[in-house]
Amino acid sequence: MSKNKQAEEPFIPDFDAVDTFLTPWATQAETAWNGQIVTMGVLVSLACGLIGSFIVVRKLALMGDAISHGILPGLALAFIIMQSRALFPMFFGACLAGLLCSLCIEWLQKKSILKPDAALGLTFTTFFAFGVLLISLYGGNAHIDPECLLYGEIGLIPLAENLSIAGIQLGSRPLVSMLVVTVLVIVSIIVFYKQLLVTSFDYTLAKTLGLPVTLIHYGLMLLLALTIVSAFEAVGVILVISMLIFPSVTASFFFTRMPAILVSSLPLSFVYSIGGFFLARWLDCSIAGAMVLVASLCFGLGWVFGPKGGLTWQLLHRLKHPHPSIIERTDQYPIKE
Amino acid sequence: MNPSVSKPLEIHDLTVAYQRKPVLYGVDLEVSEGTLTGIIGPNGAGKSTLIKTIMGMVPSNGGWVKIFGKTAQKSYARVGYVPQRESVDWDFPVSVLDVVLMGRYGHVGWLKRVGKKDRIIAGECLEKVNMLPFADRQIGKLSGGQQQRVFLARALAQESDLYLMDEPLAGVDAVTEKAIIELLRELKNQGKTLLVVHHDLSTAKAYFDQLILLNMRLIASGEVEKTFTRDLLQKTYGGRLTIFTEVADQSAGVREYEKETESS
Repeated sequence: MSKNKQAEEPFIPDFDAVDTFLTPWATQAETAWNGQIVTMGVLVSLACGLIGSFIVVRKLALMGDAISHGILPGLALAFIIMQSRALFPMFFGACLAGLLCSLCIEWLQKKSILKPDAALGLTFTTFFAFGVLLISLYGGNAHIDPECLLYGEIGLIPLAENLSIAGIQLGSRPLVSMLVVTVLVIVSIIVFYKQLLVTSFDYTLAKTLGLPVTLIHYGLMLLLALTIVSAFEAVGVILVISMLIFPSVTASFFFTRMPAILVSSLPLSFVYSIGGFFLARWLDCSIAGAMVLVASLCFGLGWVFGPKGGLTWQLLHRLKHPHPSIIERTDQYPIKE
Repeated sequence: MNPSVSKPLEIHDLTVAYQRKPVLYGVDLEVSEGTLTGIIGPNGAGKSTLIKTIMGMVPSNGGWVKIFGKTAQKSYARVGYVPQRESVDWDFPVSVLDVVLMGRYGHVGWLKRVGKKDRIIAGECLEKVNMLPFADRQIGKLSGGQQQRVFLARALAQESDLYLMDEPLAGVDAVTEKAIIELLRELKNQGKTLLVVHHDLSTAKAYFDQLILLNMRLIASGEVEKTFTRDLLQKTYGGRLTIFTEVADQSAGVREYEKETESS
């Protein structure tokens, strides 16, 4: 039986254009279901891409990793205290734990002789371990699925309970909270663009300009925590990091100014979400995983073909401007005799 | 104390240590308004540390810094700081004009965007350092001297009263060096106060009108004629003097100065 099945299902399934591209939108119900998944994908990549652009230039890419793991004890404690999976306590607990994790890391980096990466590594793993411990001790009926936590399940987003405020149905809970956070991120970046840019580029200048650099930093960390907490349900705590990093580093092969890099998160998030959805549909695999694969593919294309420092461009540049002769003449020894 | 007559920079008994290793020891200093002052001393003398401590980037272990009669924290808005080139990430996605415009942020409200007036001023500042043709270029695609000039243009755009510059002439070609010095003089003539960390002893006398000789402790400070002497330089550079004596004698005309003081 199993042999038969193996023969029927090759390692890579045959590509069926109709099943991949058209079936998901065949009926209204299917369109609504899959539409929610794709929308969630776009929102997650957009919010992560925007906030990630600033995180990456601040060399804090791994802080996203740390916060995303650090939220676990917050989730667990919120559940234990409230004995329910109510939205706001869980959200609040997770954000608080994520922020606390980043504070601890910075405190250790400043006040101890630990190297920054070591301080980061040991803090977030401690937070994560504490969360795991809490869940296994008290969270027997927490329904916190570790697999879902790590990898996310964007395909189940339409299954989540509906959120309604004052009797008005708003839609799937993760989708609504992600939408709110995405709007918050966009508005914050538009309003505080100046401050975010100058504190990222030159901390000292920002200080002499009289900017509250610490407040701005923690404001950004709070936004990062909010984004991660609303996104992890869809893409998990590991894959959310790639959503933070990929859009801006891919865009930097095409643009060299911050506004252009920020704006390009929008088309990229559509490519990631729609591309990932169809790829997952074809291969019958995790949508979040497929989205990240599409993101890495885009990065690869940018790296090879991007006009700003891409490999092809570098090669062309080298062919056009060969090394100056002074460097080429290495075989001659001026002081021989 | 009337703030209008208070000195741009006053430092009292400033001590700084990195991990218990002292770098600056009991530095007392006053800088008068409208002066161009060079800070010289051997490597590791604490020149950059002094500037960084004034800017609050390095915590002090004792003493205080006052800028225009107030605590440093309160006066930073009047200070333009030109850091060493290596202090920022030159791959950062900003253009030359973006960087200069950052100098204008202090003049733009919290929630406002930079306006046309700020762009014009930024353009003028770039023109002054001969960098206007590069305004749209990504900052990583510049030579070292050009990057230094971008920092200078940004400081100009800040329209500060006190400028602190950490080796603005490091790795700069001769023509640029001359242009930068011209610019510093011009600022001085406008009544600005400039404090410049300088590494080249041979040009120190020609470039500055005041000098601060530093080697962990303050060796001397004051007018060039009175501070650029063999004795004080020897004290500042200690054992490494032999290399410097000749240079100092040549460029500073120490002998002539000594003769003059003897005859007078």
